Amino acid sequence: MTVTRKSKPFLTPIILVLVFLVFLSASLFAQETASGISVAPPANVVASDFNYDRGEQAEVRWKLSSDDNGSAGVIGYEIFRAGVGSEDFVSVGLALPGESYFLDKDVQKGVGYVYKVAALYSGGQSFSDVSNAVIPELEMINWNLLNLFIIGLLIAASVIYFISHAKKGRKLFIRKIAGLEAIDEAIGRATEMGRPILFIPGINDMDDVQTIAGITILGRVARMVADYDIKINMPVSRSIVMTTARETIKEAYAGAGRPDAYNDDMVRYVTDEQFGYVAAVDGIMVREKPATCFYLGAFFAESLILAETGNSIGAIQIAGTAQPAQLPFFVAACDYTLIGEELFAASAYLSNEPKQLGSLKGQDIGKSLAMIIIIIGVISATISRAWGGSFFIWLSEFVNKISTIQN
Amino acid sequence: MEIFGTWVAAFLTLGIISFLYRDNPWYKVCESIFVGISAGYWFVTLFFDNILGLFWAGITREDPNYMLLVGAVLGVMMLLRLVPSIGWISRWPLSFVVGATAGFYLINYFSSNVMLQVSSTLLPLLSPGFGQPLFSSSLYDVVGNIIVAAGTFTGLVYFFFSKEHKGAFGHAAKIGIWTIMITFGASFGYTVMSRMSLLIGRMEFIFGNWLGMIR
Repeated sequence: MTVTRKSKPFLTPIILVLVFLVFLSASLFAQETASGISVAPPANVVASDFNYDRGEQAEVRWKLSSDDNGSAGVIGYEIFRAGVGSEDFVSVGLALPGESYFLDKDVQKGVGYVYKVAALYSGGQSFSDVSNAVIPELEMINWNLLNLFIIGLLIAASVIYFISHAKKGRKLFIRKIAGLEAIDEAIGRATEMGRPILFIPGINDMDDVQTIAGITILGRVARMVADYDIKINMPVSRSIVMTTARETIKEAYAGAGRPDAYNDDMVRYVTDEQFGYVAAVDGIMVREKPATCFYLGAFFAESLILAETGNSIGAIQIAGTAQPAQLPFFVAACDYTLIGEELFAASAYLSNEPKQLGSLKGQDIGKSLAMIIIIIGVISATISRAWGGSFFIWLSEFVNKISTIQN
Repeated sequence: MEIFGTWVAAFLTLGIISFLYRDNPWYKVCESIFVGISAGYWFVTLFFDNILGLFWAGITREDPNYMLLVGAVLGVMMLLRLVPSIGWISRWPLSFVVGATAGFYLINYFSSNVMLQVSSTLLPLLSPGFGQPLFSSSLYDVVGNIIVAAGTFTGLVYFFFSKEHKGAFGHAAKIGIWTIMITFGASFGYTVMSRMSLLIGRMEFIFGNWLGMIR
């Protein structure tokens, strides 16, 4: 008996097709894993002009992608910009996941722009619709700074009031400032010892108010130096400070009726390099042994080096700066230290001129305002947080508003 | 060449450090080299950066920035002090620099040194936020906030020049200056530690790079 095998002509192609499909799906699956699953795009992209600038910034806001939920789906956003009517979008910046705001700082005033935002995922980008058009404009007045303007106006008005008050001959009281009282004593000591005075106006240029304050005090010191006919030595690290200091001392000598005694060499330029300057000043100190050292201006890491060297030669030292990090060194190593505001008050105190006294009084009005705001602000914040009360909540928010600068 | 540079650096470092003993010729040499090289360096830097890089490049480009001429004119006016008969003109650019600086920085200083300081002081003392229970702030926060508020207030009292420091006002001013001094003390210690790291760096150079005693 012959057994014949039944042939199955369709089985082989079916198996082959199945195998092909298995490989194809595996291949597709592998590709999707590598490239990541596509994410939903951001929505509601809104572009707007940045308020109160020179028309050089535009803001972009968007609703986060629905897949931006802390999982690994969205890895960030990329912001694209194009001119109105153009399809030529260029990337202008990136934002982190969870962020829905971007400030474009590279736009031109009066030019229209549109934006779109792409949610980034491991395999690509998912683009939003195009935003509305925005045209950055110049705003002449920054209303966010209205509080600053009003407070400044109040202080300016009080300065003007006190200046006119002083000009009428009425006496304005200023309390004694120990460091300034000591200037006469320090110069007198140099006169008695027949040694020079060293004056250091800091290491910053004339664009620093501390240097300006130091040079103002120099005027008073130079006048006394001219009167007592002693030597003043002033090494400087900035060329414009040198010129200003020379003018100041020259005027002081002219005021004392001794213009011929003035010499340009009283003020010498050394170098702009911070520690090169310090090395030179230290050398001058130990060689010339000044009886009195003034350090009035902006100081940095050199403060302690200078003050310690001055201390080692037995000089009487008066320092003044508004650099908080350097004040401790001056306090530790100098005989008298003008702390911050005292340095700026010095010129008014020393000159006794109505204009300067009036401005100092005006500044005191500003400080009074600050103290009142602090008292009201702290009390209202404490009460409103602890016990509530609509009045205290309103008061706390109001005080916060007038004392906060919004840019 | 590298070895030569290390020896020069070591020579100069030790020369400057020798000032701790007393003024001496070695220090004077190092001082003169330092001052001379740095002054020359700054001259070259300012010439190429400002006069060539900023001014000359600015006015010779396709779209010239003529505002730069204002600065150049002020600079030339400053140089006129070399001519005694018209030297008084050099006072004008000085006045411009001083006046413009004072005006320009007024608002910046006022907003950063005054307004920001005041607004940062307006802290609730007992509860951290609205609707939260009384005394829910930690003791650390309560004490910290009281110190910030009271320290700032009394510090302002100290710098108030229109009233003599007597009576209650004087006591407040005394608290203010104590607060300031304690702050200075903390700052002093912090800065000294950072300076120590600079010294350690120099010592590492001498004993490591130069003498090879530290590997």
